[in-house]
Amino acid sequence: MMLHAVLLIVAQTIVLLAVSPFIVGLIRKVKARLQCRRGAGVFQPYADLAKLFRKQPVVSSTTSWIFTATPYILFASTLAAGLLVPVFVSQTPLNFAGNIIALVYLLALGTFFLILAGLDAGSAFGGMGSSREAIVASLTEPAMILSIFAIALTAGSTNLSTIVHKTALLEGIVTDPSPHLMAFAALFIVALAETGRVPVDNPATHLELTMIHEAMVLEYSGRYLALVEWAAGLKLLVFLTLIVNIFAPWGIATSLAPGALGLGLAVYLVKVSGLAVVIGVIESMFAKLRLFRVTDLLGVAFILALLALVFFYVLRG
Amino acid sequence: MTLLLAAVLACYTAGTLLPHFLRGRPTLQNYVAHGLACAAGLFGIALGAAGLAAPEPLTASITSTIPYLSFAIRLDPLAAFFVLTISLVGLAASIYALGYVTEFYGRVSLGALGSLFNGFLLSMTLVVMADNGFFFLIVWELMSLLSYFLVVTEHEKAEVRYAGFFYLIMTHVGTAFIILTFLIFFQNTGSFSFDVFRHPDTPLPQGLRTFAFIAALIGFGTKAGIVPLHVWLPYAHPAAPSHISALMSGVMIKTAIYALVRVYFDFLGGQFPWWWGFIILVVGAVSALLGVMYALMEHDLKSLLAFHSVENIGIILMGLGAGMIFQTYGLKEFAALGLLAGLYHTINHAVFKALLFLGAGSLLYATHTRNMEEYGGLLKRMPWTGFFFLVGAVSISALPPTNGFVSEWLVFQSLFLSFHIPSIFLKLMLPLAAAMLALTSVLALACFAKAFGISFLALPRSSHARHAGEVPGSMRVGMALLAVACVVLGVAPMVVVPLLDRIIAPLAGVSIADKVIALDGWALAPVNVEFSSLSSPALALLLATLSLLGLGLVAAFGGLAKARHSKTWGCGINLSPRMEYTATGFVQPIKRVFSTIYQPTVKLEQEFLEESKYFAKRQQFEFHIEPVFQKYLYDPVVDFFLAMAGRLRVIQAGSLHLYLTYIFVTLVVLLLIAM
Repeated sequence: MMLHAVLLIVAQTIVLLAVSPFIVGLIRKVKARLQCRRGAGVFQPYADLAKLFRKQPVVSSTTSWIFTATPYILFASTLAAGLLVPVFVSQTPLNFAGNIIALVYLLALGTFFLILAGLDAGSAFGGMGSSREAIVASLTEPAMILSIFAIALTAGSTNLSTIVHKTALLEGIVTDPSPHLMAFAALFIVALAETGRVPVDNPATHLELTMIHEAMVLEYSGRYLALVEWAAGLKLLVFLTLIVNIFAPWGIATSLAPGALGLGLAVYLVKVSGLAVVIGVIESMFAKLRLFRVTDLLGVAFILALLALVFFYVLRG
Repeated sequence: MTLLLAAVLACYTAGTLLPHFLRGRPTLQNYVAHGLACAAGLFGIALGAAGLAAPEPLTASITSTIPYLSFAIRLDPLAAFFVLTISLVGLAASIYALGYVTEFYGRVSLGALGSLFNGFLLSMTLVVMADNGFFFLIVWELMSLLSYFLVVTEHEKAEVRYAGFFYLIMTHVGTAFIILTFLIFFQNTGSFSFDVFRHPDTPLPQGLRTFAFIAALIGFGTKAGIVPLHVWLPYAHPAAPSHISALMSGVMIKTAIYALVRVYFDFLGGQFPWWWGFIILVVGAVSALLGVMYALMEHDLKSLLAFHSVENIGIILMGLGAGMIFQTYGLKEFAALGLLAGLYHTINHAVFKALLFLGAGSLLYATHTRNMEEYGGLLKRMPWTGFFFLVGAVSISALPPTNGFVSEWLVFQSLFLSFHIPSIFLKLMLPLAAAMLALTSVLALACFAKAFGISFLALPRSSHARHAGEVPGSMRVGMALLAVACVVLGVAPMVVVPLLDRIIAPLAGVSIADKVIALDGWALAPVNVEFSSLSSPALALLLATLSLLGLGLVAAFGGLAKARHSKTWGCGINLSPRMEYTATGFVQPIKRVFSTIYQPTVKLEQEFLEESKYFAKRQQFEFHIEPVFQKYLYDPVVDFFLAMAGRLRVIQAGSLHLYLTYIFVTLVVLLLIAM
């Protein structure tokens, strides 16, 4: 039992680490194709990471230990958050370690240190990124908590494994899916904002007027940048996993039989790739919003999440 | 236990009296006063622990010749918990003070400072142990007055005098309402004994219960600093010496939480109308959100921390409010959970807020300014202080695996369990409160990222910061003690929860320790494992392991070659502190997004070169935030009283005969009424 648990945790760690650069590459590829470019191969991010790991990092002499510790903290907290989410097996061994609130706050831990690292080098770019990240994070959190709670109500649990497991086995599903749809829309907007995608932030930009995440990590290089980039990819994958497995967990392994595990993994890869393609399409269709227009978008997400809650109670009577 | 109690009281009393006999020897006064306070703190921790473990409450009393007054003490688990909290923070503050007060040698009488410090701690300890309404009011008033004297320690500064005056007025308005609360109970029972309040012969009629509820909320709420009665905190807390601020913000305002729990759950126990809990919840949510929002705009580090006390009192009240709502609907286990969350956050806030105030005191000690815009780069100059402040900042931002996270997580759980409540209105309101709590905690994260980032990171912004050095050992030890407490309270909730359960079981009528703790103490799972679970030790372990994994990956893929150090790219010119983001700049987006709340006024004066209006010669920028509560709530009241006083001045002629006549007439009128 214990051995199974440890093996599952290791397997999940490997899957998350291995798949996240692919997702980043896939989105870039989709965007390139939609812009009528050939674009780099979907496996380019792996090569980028390998190159960055080998390069000697340059660290600003202005910085303190916070700057060099942050990549490790960010990497660890994001991966820890990922281990709380069911990936290809509906019941994660670390289910007991934390529910959805713990996931949100683990991600917040990384954000906190990244904001500090942005300020540490003393350049105005980093400060600007940190300041913007602070406001975007503040506005996404309430919508995120509320939308997840609306889903948690259906399953009668705030533990991710329980939610996914019950939904996969079609337990406790309401006949009317409207609360789910609204919560889905809210969580999707939240995911775009939290992971720094268009229309909230543009991961491809290095223009000071528009950067948020890129501005915070501007001073990083070498292995530190590799860890930060990998963590950013992981965060994106964690959100995609969360969305596909909460709203469409079908196909996920509900037992530890080898056949079920293999199928679960294959279905998982197809689902997150599909959602990544959708994000790529959205990024190509929309322009980045002005910072102070982001408020409206996140306000919409909040209202949707609230409506999901109202609808849930009204439909249940 | 009686011996411990005697030792605590004796040490504090000796600490209050002795310094006066050592005039002219400040160093000795310092060691005697704070040494005795340390000893009392240690005894107090033991007393609190013993009181929590004891099967029966410890009682002691001395009757007096004054009617209705008896000096009665009762140490039940609730009181013991607060004694423990006060003593822990008191101990850290006393150790810290040994080094910190050297600043005041020659400027302030150390005898007075040390004596007041001990007296203040003594009065707080007695407040939570008092078992008689009359006695409670006496020590409560003593606590308020002593803290007032401590606030005005540096009374040569005009703003300190103003802060003290403001505090004095507010605290007395509060006391008036507290007296009113006790008079309601007295009128029903004919006694001031808490025991009689608890078990009256005839239960209080509903109308009077409601009256007592509101009077207690206003009275104790003033001390706790709930919105809109919070206005004194940001004046008084920064004005006091920092170790006093740590006590005021960390524990003094908690005595109000103690009193609210005592009055609501003990005296008025049992059934509440649903709107009582709802009011507490709303007050809590509004205090939390507005507290953090105003904190964000503060650049005086100690005022910022004071506003965060408003926020955290709000979070505590959200837990209590949820508990009261569940109590209404007979959901006893959930009610106990709400109470548990509130009390857990009480001790957590005491610890991390005291730590942060001590950290702010260290910055003040090293730089002689409270203005964050003049800090910067201090982590390299004060590595220990910086590290401890970071621990406090992470805790108050409720980030795992620290203590703030665990208690906020519990508050979230009690709000989420609202789907068991039959009322659909409350079913929607409690999750909405959870959303407000989420917003609050992320804004707190932003605020402390600002506080730490601007103060400790990047380049020094002034010569004060450039020449700062690490603080003396005793100050570091004081902070270290609280930093360790932050981590321990975070990763060992399975030890804390059963202790808190001993307090809650008699108040909520149900014990939930074995329901909240699951998996042999590894996880918290309120109130069943199916619904939610959290294991902060597992998360701490996970974070540590995965950090090592990160290090391992780096070593495997590229090796840990030494990094090259170089200057930050400053767009072609040398980087200077003036290029850094300021605290004001950092929060500008937040100010703009929430401008409805802040109502900012911006004043920009520019002078241009004659040749071109695109080159400014001189610029002056000012911005202010509308002090909404002061302007629309307090100023009209103050104006009214000033106008009344002006009218009444005509009867004040300065003639002794006239005053004697007034007294005589009053006496006659009173006698007539009495007949």
